[in-house]
Amino acid sequence: MTAPSNGGAGEGKSPAVTLTELRKSFGPLQVLKGISLQALEGEVVSILGASGSGKSTLLRCINMLEVPDSGDVVVAGEKVRLRNGRHGRTEAADRTQVDRLRSRIGMVFQTFNLWSHMTILENVIEAPVHVQRRPKADCVAEAEQLLAKVGIAEKRNEYPAYLSGGQQQRAAIARALAMRPALMLFDEPTSALDPELVGEVLRVMRGLAEEGRTMLVVTHEMGFARDVSSKVVFLHQGTVDTEGTPAEVFSAGSSARLQRFMAR
Amino acid sequence: MDPRFLADTFLTLATGVPLTLKLAILSVALGSLLALILALMRLSRFRGLDLIARLYVFVFRGTPLLVQIFLIYYGLGQFAWIRSSLLWPFLREPFWCAVLALTLNTASYSSEIIRGGLLSVPSGQIEAARACGMSRLLLLRRIVLPLAARQALPAYGNEIILMIKATSLASIITLMEISGLAAKIISDTYRAVEVLMVAGGIYLAINFALTRLLQLADHRLTPHLRGGQAVAETRTQGAAA
Repeated sequence: MTAPSNGGAGEGKSPAVTLTELRKSFGPLQVLKGISLQALEGEVVSILGASGSGKSTLLRCINMLEVPDSGDVVVAGEKVRLRNGRHGRTEAADRTQVDRLRSRIGMVFQTFNLWSHMTILENVIEAPVHVQRRPKADCVAEAEQLLAKVGIAEKRNEYPAYLSGGQQQRAAIARALAMRPALMLFDEPTSALDPELVGEVLRVMRGLAEEGRTMLVVTHEMGFARDVSSKVVFLHQGTVDTEGTPAEVFSAGSSARLQRFMAR
Repeated sequence: MDPRFLADTFLTLATGVPLTLKLAILSVALGSLLALILALMRLSRFRGLDLIARLYVFVFRGTPLLVQIFLIYYGLGQFAWIRSSLLWPFLREPFWCAVLALTLNTASYSSEIIRGGLLSVPSGQIEAARACGMSRLLLLRRIVLPLAARQALPAYGNEIILMIKATSLASIITLMEISGLAAKIISDTYRAVEVLMVAGGIYLAINFALTRLLQLADHRLTPHLRGGQAVAETRTQGAAA
């Protein structure tokens, strides 16, 4: 197992994200039933679970793409302020706080979601220039480094529609990195890819883990979870079924439910 | 057919072209702003705004432009409070009455075109922008409107062409644009066919030029749908310069 370079166990490290007793329902369906989870700085946390287990919803609660009905979200020591909104739903109390926190959290989506009217380079510099208001020339220089790092420097002036899925996802990773995020969220980043394109995206993600970046990864890639994670969380029907180091979770003695999940 | 008469008619009608264009450009520009506001109201979370916009579209799309022009030109002056308002210097001019009627009318159609464009923006791209910390205004300006505009442009181009032709109705409230001048020549000379052919030809020429402009705009806005490194190359270099 390749441990992240600056250590995964994390003694003395501050938490990058702490979730406490998160609950979330969509209509009558309770998706999160009181989930608590912590990721320390430099940790890679893999979140596994069957479809419908709430893993994507959990991830989306961290940057408030979904607002939890109750529970606390603390990112980099700052608690997201929630309040009761109209129709009895919770909502973010302070939109500027949410926007500020989001600008420090990089998110990579299953379907890439690159902006189709912009070139790859324009995609990567968009948030640094317009959200973080950094000088454009600096952002372009940094974007070119990032594109080289994910291996698609020569695609900088192409539009997303002309890239393969793997290339689009690597561009999306570069776009997230361009904000110099304190935390990276990956929502099934390889699930929409053809099998032969999965490897190139996972290689980039392994590289990021080795740099010591804090990452939360919702994934079905067992090899990635086993080799790269500092911690693995297995969700079942909106609760944490199993949690621990890869060695603990993937050992023969772990929960029967997880054994069945992995056997499929 | 008397070529001499046709040429004279053309020269006279050509003097009406600036007024026709002024009416069309002003009402399309003002109408598009109103249309955007109406479209955003239609998509608002607040039901009241949605209902107001629906009612507006229902009324202005459901009644003839001719009736709207007459009502504004003859109707507004009936109210003492309008005659004493600050806007009266404008509203007593037939030109501004025509601009107002054309603006209100085109806004009702255009709001539906823009609404369709806004709805066509893929939700994933909006979500990616929100996840970057974009404020609502920035999201609208940088992501939603550019994508919606590309989608709506072909239909919106139709509406602009319709507006060029709709300006001819302004002649009934004394404005001497192309159709107003044509009507005057006809009543002077009783040579309706020749005059109307020349007038029709001028509208055709304007709309031909407009169509080419719209094609050019569409071409410039959609390199991402054509592929081609060359286009992208010049764009980024242009942005860097």
